[in-house]
Amino acid sequence: MPTARAARRAAVRLGAVALAGALLAACGGSTEGASDSAGGEVTITVDLFGSFGYKEAGLYAEYEKLHPGVTIKQTDTEDEADYWKSLQTRLAGGGGLADVQAVEVGRIASVAQQQSDKFEDLRKHGADKLKGEFAEAKWAAATGRNGEVLGLGTDVGPEAMCYRTDLFAKAGLPTDREELATKWSTWEGYLELGRQYKAKAPAKSAWLDSVGSLYSVMIGQQKERYYDASGKLIWETNPALRTAWDTSVTAARDGLSAKLDQWSPQWNQAFAAGSFATLPCPAWMLGYIKGQAGDAGKGKWDIAALPGGPGNWGGSYLTVPRAAKHKKEAYELITWLTAPEQQAKLFLKQGSFPSATGAITKISGATDPYFSGAPIGKIFGEAAEAAPVQVLGVHDQNIAQQITNALGEVERKGTAPEQAWANAKKGVENTIG
Amino acid sequence: MTLTAPTRPLAPSRPPAARRAWQKLSPYAYIAPFFTLFAAFGLFPLLYTAFVSLYRVELQTPGDMEWRGLGNYAALLGDTFFWTSLRNTFTIGVLSTVPQLVMALGLAHLLNYKLRGRTFFRTAMLLPYATSVAAATLVFAQLFGRDFGLVNYVLGLVGIGPVDWQTGTTASQIAVSSIVIWRWTGYNALIYLAGMQSIPHELYEAAEMDGASRWRQFFHVTLPGLRPTIVFTVVVSTIGATQLFGEPLLFEGSVSGGISHQYQTLGLYLYEQGWGFFHLGRAAAIAWVMFLLILLVVGVNAAIAGRRSRKEAGR
Repeated sequence: MPTARAARRAAVRLGAVALAGALLAACGGSTEGASDSAGGEVTITVDLFGSFGYKEAGLYAEYEKLHPGVTIKQTDTEDEADYWKSLQTRLAGGGGLADVQAVEVGRIASVAQQQSDKFEDLRKHGADKLKGEFAEAKWAAATGRNGEVLGLGTDVGPEAMCYRTDLFAKAGLPTDREELATKWSTWEGYLELGRQYKAKAPAKSAWLDSVGSLYSVMIGQQKERYYDASGKLIWETNPALRTAWDTSVTAARDGLSAKLDQWSPQWNQAFAAGSFATLPCPAWMLGYIKGQAGDAGKGKWDIAALPGGPGNWGGSYLTVPRAAKHKKEAYELITWLTAPEQQAKLFLKQGSFPSATGAITKISGATDPYFSGAPIGKIFGEAAEAAPVQVLGVHDQNIAQQITNALGEVERKGTAPEQAWANAKKGVENTIG
Repeated sequence: MTLTAPTRPLAPSRPPAARRAWQKLSPYAYIAPFFTLFAAFGLFPLLYTAFVSLYRVELQTPGDMEWRGLGNYAALLGDTFFWTSLRNTFTIGVLSTVPQLVMALGLAHLLNYKLRGRTFFRTAMLLPYATSVAAATLVFAQLFGRDFGLVNYVLGLVGIGPVDWQTGTTASQIAVSSIVIWRWTGYNALIYLAGMQSIPHELYEAAEMDGASRWRQFFHVTLPGLRPTIVFTVVVSTIGATQLFGEPLLFEGSVSGGISHQYQTLGLYLYEQGWGFFHLGRAAAIAWVMFLLILLVVGVNAAIAGRRSRKEAGR
């Protein structure tokens, strides 16, 4: 999920070692949904990526208390990309799968369109009646071609802009979140403030972390990104994508970026060093900022509405593979974990914004002292409500990676934008090929 | 030739026919475990990979195999990323192997002298080799950080501007090579040292009596004596360089080997195709191309070494 996606690269590193282990484990015997043990002791295995925070929020302990005889065992891969590779290997082999497997929203189209036969259709267990509890788009994305319900939504990623009030003050910019929201109501306004910041900024401090994150947050504001509703690839000719690209190129050329590679160790270090003054932040990024900037950053950050309108970046699902051993128990567990009460609890603890509509009203008044008391419930709640319902595609994640790589070339190597665009095109063809 | 006639056993414990059969077959029985394992974990995957490389197979839908013949191989010929990674493999191979072996040779030569604490130095040299690739690469990635890395800090002290060790083609390849050099120099030095110690001491004494300097001794006694050892290390390092994978993968944690594929090796490109994009057929084709390349390079290596030693013998 959230923070996991975030950890992407930081963890491939150690993850590679874990991956080798996972691959070996995957070779172990396949036990096709053998026993749904009736009553008595059951151990439900849950396999996640990143930090969903269920254990930390005490949700497992609570569930075990409510259901005597149930033990929950969680495994966790920090990096989503590694997790996905390992999950795909196990699905292909048909063994070694946990009872509950998490899936990131960027991958859910692949599950719904290509692998609906490998995941349990939750309608069998009565998931139909839950439909009204979730945001419509969240529900629709995990629905297969024949109406199968393949997963239950955990969080969504409504977007906002996080910024450093101390650095803004030093550069003589306003620090009030309402005033800023008006000033950067458009992306042009955001870049203009960036130019003002650059003129008076403290040494070694840039306006934003990377143009890759600018692109990602901008494309999150679009309904159609890489595919159109019919499933056709349109990224190359999509004017909205081109606008996000051009704005990112402008930011790079104006020297507004700290030229960091998002999720890299350098990027992590830059939080503490104050290398950038703004960071586009989906709700799940809040936990990541707290983790990287630490106690020293408390009260220095604030959150304002996103330039150019609301958007969504990321979010996750919980699924039950067909090869799981305890499908019924697993279904009961994920229903409980994704219920409004639990989602609300997680938001207050982790910043993962709920996808259950009932939870959104529960947290609408939440504020966060770390972010100077910003009304996070209101800011993210409004963004979530107004964010477009995105068209998801099978290769979303990989295409996005190729484009942010190409933007990195413009930003860090000074590659001509036309050349970088051609590189991105070649990369996408290679990915999909 | 009565002297070499085999002595007959006094009391044969088994009938002679069975004995003879056992004697004939037992070597095969002894090597059978190895070859059984090799067949299961070496030969079968090799052949199966060749089979897979002729199809279009995706990890997510492994059941749908679509015959492509040599299509995967033909596609590689026109694939610029493949050629980039082949070129990178070669340049990183040269950048890492040459300094590594030259430094190892020098170190071995120094350690061959009578030094105080020789065992300590020899052990210390092997330590990098005992470190895991992952751990070493993570540390090096920090050292080579653009904004907060130690290397750039030191360069800054002597007035060299910050180098982007991740993005620049040459810079990133040097950074990746340095990890390889750090890990393997000591290992090669120990092999050279063992080789040097098998060179008869008399040769050095004779050379010294003829008035040869240490330098000349190194060139005219040590190097010729080490030739088989050097050939061995060159072959092993070449194979290692062709398969280079862990260091470039973990350097930035990117399966593309950097934003412009600037340090993506063949091994990494295989991994990106297979486990980044799930194109198993194409990954299998790359694996076979790598296999053939290694055979070719090692073959050329052996041929050159063979010709040289024949020339020596003919002298």
